[in-house]
Amino acid sequence: MAEFLQFFFSGLTVGSVYALVALGFTLIYNASDVINFAQGEFVMLGGMVTVFLALAGIPLPLAALMAVMAAVAVGLALHRLAIEPARGAGVVNLIIITIGASIFLRGIAQLVFDKRFHSLPPLFGADPIRIGGAAILPQSLVVLAGAAIIVLLLWFFIDRTLTGKAVIATAANRLAARLVGIDTRRIVGLSFAVSAAIGAVAGILITPLTLTSYDVGTLLALKGFAAAMLGGIGSAPGAVLGGLILGMLEAFSAGYLSSAYKDAVAFVVILCVLFALPQGLLGSAKIERV
Amino acid sequence: MIVRLPVRYRLAPVAVVAALVVVLPQFFPSAYYYRVGALVFILALAAVGLNLLMGFAGQVSLGHAGFVGIGAYAVAVGPTHLGLPPWLSIVAGAVLSVCVAGAVGRPILRLKGHYLAVATLGFGLLIAIVLTNESAWTGGPDGMSVSRLTLFGWRVSGSVTWYWVAAATLLIGMVLAFNLIDSPTGRALRAIHDSDVAARVLGVDVAYKKLAIFVVSAVYASVAGSYLALFNGHVTPDIAGFLRSVELVAMVVLGGMGSIVGSFVGAAVLVVLPQTFTALHDYEHVALGLAIMAFMIFVRQGIVPAVVRWRTT
Amino acid sequence: MANNVILEVERLSIAFGGVHAVNEVSLAVPAGMVFSIIGPNGAGKTTLFNVISGIYVPQLGCVRLAGEEVTGLSPDRLARRGLSRTFQNLQLFSRMTALENVMVGRHRHESTGILSELLHLPSVSRQNRLTRDAALSALARVGLANDAEQPAGSLAYGALKRLEIARALASEPKLLLLDEPAAGCNPVETRGLEEVIRSIVAEGVTVVLVEHDMRLVMNVSDRIHVLASGRSLAEGTAAEIQSNLAVMEAYLGVDHSRERARAVG
Repeated sequence: MAEFLQFFFSGLTVGSVYALVALGFTLIYNASDVINFAQGEFVMLGGMVTVFLALAGIPLPLAALMAVMAAVAVGLALHRLAIEPARGAGVVNLIIITIGASIFLRGIAQLVFDKRFHSLPPLFGADPIRIGGAAILPQSLVVLAGAAIIVLLLWFFIDRTLTGKAVIATAANRLAARLVGIDTRRIVGLSFAVSAAIGAVAGILITPLTLTSYDVGTLLALKGFAAAMLGGIGSAPGAVLGGLILGMLEAFSAGYLSSAYKDAVAFVVILCVLFALPQGLLGSAKIERV
Repeated sequence: MIVRLPVRYRLAPVAVVAALVVVLPQFFPSAYYYRVGALVFILALAAVGLNLLMGFAGQVSLGHAGFVGIGAYAVAVGPTHLGLPPWLSIVAGAVLSVCVAGAVGRPILRLKGHYLAVATLGFGLLIAIVLTNESAWTGGPDGMSVSRLTLFGWRVSGSVTWYWVAAATLLIGMVLAFNLIDSPTGRALRAIHDSDVAARVLGVDVAYKKLAIFVVSAVYASVAGSYLALFNGHVTPDIAGFLRSVELVAMVVLGGMGSIVGSFVGAAVLVVLPQTFTALHDYEHVALGLAIMAFMIFVRQGIVPAVVRWRTT
Repeated sequence: MANNVILEVERLSIAFGGVHAVNEVSLAVPAGMVFSIIGPNGAGKTTLFNVISGIYVPQLGCVRLAGEEVTGLSPDRLARRGLSRTFQNLQLFSRMTALENVMVGRHRHESTGILSELLHLPSVSRQNRLTRDAALSALARVGLANDAEQPAGSLAYGALKRLEIARALASEPKLLLLDEPAAGCNPVETRGLEEVIRSIVAEGVTVVLVEHDMRLVMNVSDRIHVLASGRSLAEGTAAEIQSNLAVMEAYLGVDHSRERARAVG
């Protein structure tokens, strides 16, 4: 039982990170139909920038804030310099551009930072809490709480503010949104900025648990994307659900089956979802009009 | 944009590349250049195969290095664990790639756009993960060594020999590709690229054709992978990794999707440029990322079509 | 003129979401004639075509081609049984030349395997030549022989519509579905279209036409079937349909149709 709970919590924790990455994907995809493979780099930036600013003497909270701002700046730059100029390019071209951006950002990170693993001090100490025989690190709860708060804030923003409505409108029909006066370019830019912020926060929260390095972005992006597909690409609740489920699947299979193949779980999930249920759990199927 | 020549001169580009292959060594100051050339030819072979899938049939594969990995490890595992001679292992690798491509191809190719991209990506990564984990067979993350290729008692080793072997194979691969393009299946694939539904309505079995070209491109990648492993004498799992798949796609895209010669150019650019800037090895990723983005944004159709357009306007 | 029925549709129904695009439509097309399907916008004509040509699968009802049940078969299998069609919104292979577009139309008559194609065996060269010749004559029939080597994307709209017809003809169908071939064409082009349709039927191919251009429909049709809001409304000869009050109401609305009935006498 204790073992089960252990896996459950670790699954929930890492699943929260996947959920946030997936949420970032979904936000950008909804606003612009772009699958942003550089999403994982935002997470990486959150952690790495915080670490290096803290090492330079800046107090941790300020470093974290600056890291989020840096990620947002990168997100906006990505949109303005790489995505906007390529408007009208095919799906594959845009994917390749974001992959190129991801590689580029990783290269820069390699040079600006270094190639080692780094950590951050956990928010509430490193002594595990005992729940039902399982040992949970307080930081796990921080990650869960952080993810929940972000999801709530995002929901509030989308559902209750005018700008949020503009995002939905842009997602539903870009041309129509422009015709009613919505500046869709700014909205898409905003979606990149918010995605980057979400990713960065996720990165900062998870670093005390899983460490960070210049390289963590790729695998995270792929898993986050798997989670988004599982939940239904385009569905924000789906992204969160997908992330949590994927985290659980990973934790349980690593615990009960083989830990060597832990990373494979996400890709097996992607393939299964795409073959059996392409629209995901909460997405909707599309009909082609001829 | 697909660059077409009048039917009579169909194979002219191959002749041009062949001439280049023969003439270039006159200018090589050292054996190192033969090595670079061999690498270009080997990777160009994989790129040509991928181009058939992406540029002509309009599909996408972000996991093609998976097949490169299968071919590479076939020539490592074959002799070491199964007692197969290396040349037979090349064939075995190709056959295995055909089987794997045939098996996963059907469900994967039903997908389109970014779904297809991600499915192939997942597939490629799964192969890399398996190669990393099954260390009893594959030597794990550190890889394994590969014995040299011997053909009829003649030991194929050294940059100069591989230069000619790889060039010959690439030229054959290019001829086969041009043959396929100028055939009913080639036209059907190009039709599928432009309008899946119209092709269907004209009797094209779209699923079968896509699968066929997927398998063909897998064989190209597998042979290239086998050559790579035999040439280097060593193989590690990241030969099948995501970055390698991205590099292959970059070669196809940079050179021009739908231009077979373009794939050769793309491979040349992506192999030679990092070699010329060896001092800037640390900037490899930065440069690659920038190059990919810049090309996809500004020279969307690729080098060769851009040059052709520039020369004809 | 043959009397057998080449296309039969029986109580066909398909709905998207809650919208019944086609609602219990039945019709029978005798071989060798021009059979037109008309109706106001949204009547379900193109949807009906899409079901018949295998692009959509109906929820109810069946489709029979030359007496054989073909409901739900994929478009390529229908093509092999002699069905071909054009598209309302044009589905051309814009990156290929006009000739290559029509050559793809010959696909179901080509028989080379992928291995012989890779090796470019003589059988492939021969097949290419045969296909090319057949495609050229199809292009000539629609008056596009001179544009053979032009990229399809560069041709004028009227030419594109004819190109699609040539492509469909190249597959030597028994049954040809034309989806609004005159849409966007000027009167000269429409007259030319009339000629093409007549020449097609003269060869024994059955043509089913969906059209809005009433003059073309009345001039060329042997039989007309009217759809409105997904249901069959009427069927008959051109003269019968023209004086059918229900048809007028569907197109013109109740008040205007009474006026027209009065005007026609």
